[in-house]
Amino acid sequence: MNLLTKKISKNDLIGVIVLAAIILVLFPAVFSIFRLNLIGKYLTYAFVGVSLVLLWGNGGILSLGQGVFFGLGGYCMAMFLKLEASDPISTKIQTTPGIPDFMDWNQITRLPLFWMPFKSLTFTILAIILVPAFFSFIIGVAMFKRRVGGVYFAIITQAVALILSVLIVGQQGLTGGINGITDLKTMHGWDIRSDSAKYILYYVNGALLIGCVILTRWVLSTKFGMLLLALREKEDRVRFSGYDVANFKTLAFCLSAVMCAIGGAMFTLQVGFMSPSFVGITPSIEMVIYTAVGGRMSVIGAVFGTLLVNFAKTFFSEQYPDLWLFLMGGTFIGVVMLFPDGLAGLYERYGKPFVARVASKKKSEPTVAVAAALESGGKHG
Amino acid sequence: MGSHEMLTIQGLGVSFDGFKAVDDLNFIVDRNELRVVIGPNGAGKTTLLDLICGKTKSTEGTIMFKTMDLTQMKEHAIVRAGVGRKFQTPSIYENLTVSENLEVSFPRGRTAFGALFFRRTQDVTERVKSVAEEVLLSDKLDQQAALLSHGQKQWLEIGMLLMQDPELLMLDEPVAGMTVNEREQTAELLNRISKNRSVIVIEHDMEFVRKIAHKVTVLHQGKVIAEGSMDKVTADPRVIEVYLGH
Repeated sequence: MNLLTKKISKNDLIGVIVLAAIILVLFPAVFSIFRLNLIGKYLTYAFVGVSLVLLWGNGGILSLGQGVFFGLGGYCMAMFLKLEASDPISTKIQTTPGIPDFMDWNQITRLPLFWMPFKSLTFTILAIILVPAFFSFIIGVAMFKRRVGGVYFAIITQAVALILSVLIVGQQGLTGGINGITDLKTMHGWDIRSDSAKYILYYVNGALLIGCVILTRWVLSTKFGMLLLALREKEDRVRFSGYDVANFKTLAFCLSAVMCAIGGAMFTLQVGFMSPSFVGITPSIEMVIYTAVGGRMSVIGAVFGTLLVNFAKTFFSEQYPDLWLFLMGGTFIGVVMLFPDGLAGLYERYGKPFVARVASKKKSEPTVAVAAALESGGKHG
Repeated sequence: MGSHEMLTIQGLGVSFDGFKAVDDLNFIVDRNELRVVIGPNGAGKTTLLDLICGKTKSTEGTIMFKTMDLTQMKEHAIVRAGVGRKFQTPSIYENLTVSENLEVSFPRGRTAFGALFFRRTQDVTERVKSVAEEVLLSDKLDQQAALLSHGQKQWLEIGMLLMQDPELLMLDEPVAGMTVNEREQTAELLNRISKNRSVIVIEHDMEFVRKIAHKVTVLHQGKVIAEGSMDKVTADPRVIEVYLGH
């Protein structure tokens, strides 16, 4: 009867532990720091994958603009790091020392007002959470209160992604333009390019991701999560049960946006730059594919889906530089056609029965032994 | 307005691109009354329910529910004021279990944050159990709603409304697609649940109507053409003309 405890079940707990073990123990043990850093980058995309499980898989709200929030988080972090990298001494050859290099190239002579607060790390961390929350709130209220949903919502989010990437490219002097914000070096004096920093950032990233996985599982286990599922199915029934549907969708959208932004900020830290190519339409759609491959209902599936797609991408592009895009496309078509429920669906169908069989075998062996012992004991007695 | 009236509709009208689906309609439902609305297809029966629950906005007239004018309120506010509505096709959450369907309809934790921190306390569990018993689904609590029979889905939706304990319950063709046996049970169910609330039922099955109705209202082309007891209404020549047939 008790759904809360039923939903965060043993299976889920095991799933999260396995995921944590793979990310925090297995990968660091097996891979060199170069590969590990690459995996860390992929895992930042997994934040978006997880956010889409909440929003799209469970809520039925397809956002093709999650790159916007990934980018907002990433840019907030990049602005802080860039300011720190642009101290007057290391930028003394510029016309105006002390401002980011790309501003100097664009004949800007004073730090723009909206850059000022990003000198503070506290402000930056708050901004990483609040800026995307604010934007998603505005978009959410504007769309959902007017009952814009389904395909129309997806198209509008895509338009937002396009608008933001065009804006970033166009405002070169303020944003770094098409190149993005590059040459990031230190955070509060701590060199983020060193191997030890990369290790630490990888673990911080992994822990944050697992935190988001647990948070999402929790949200989905509450009445809110149940209502999201209900909304996906019969929106009118929810509305005529006394719920203001728009508020529920808006909160789900805001939560997903914040998760994307955390991923974006961790991307900037680990990769060392941020550019509009992570904001626009293409990356936003690619991130939806990660979730589709992982299984759009499964939080843990989304992480594995993201990893699998990116591993495949790296493998194909290293092995078959001319063919890799075709191979990627073929893989996507194959997955969608053969496993519409993604990796999680595969596990549900084949993996779970297998695990159950193995588990029951292990359990039955001791009982057999005990029974045999009892029997022999009985004989002797 | 007397205090024994639950719902008072005056001069209600709505037009869709010039077509008047409901036209200068006057309609009063008393407390503890079970009213059945009948009429030929396109008479405006479902539109009337849509107007009351706020799904469709009226172009003229007022809908007074106790002392509130529902035409000025949002859908969720109308529900919270105490008006529940069942849709024509069973509208349940097929991917949730029966008990989850009922629990989601419990009138607490109705804001987004409220739902996030909603706790399943003893009273919720008990309410789910008692409502499930009322709608004859006690033994199906853990079953997925998609696996219920058509009739059971209708009952489940009625149960979801009962969770909210509405003062005015509106049911759009509750026995459509039910077996004879299920119809009997539904008639009993409706007679039971209308004890301390007002109920409006839209129905075509005249035998069923006879079993449950206190009073019958006949709609035709968006207007009330007859109202009164079942016997009075079925004897009305206009009703025979437009609806019952000769």
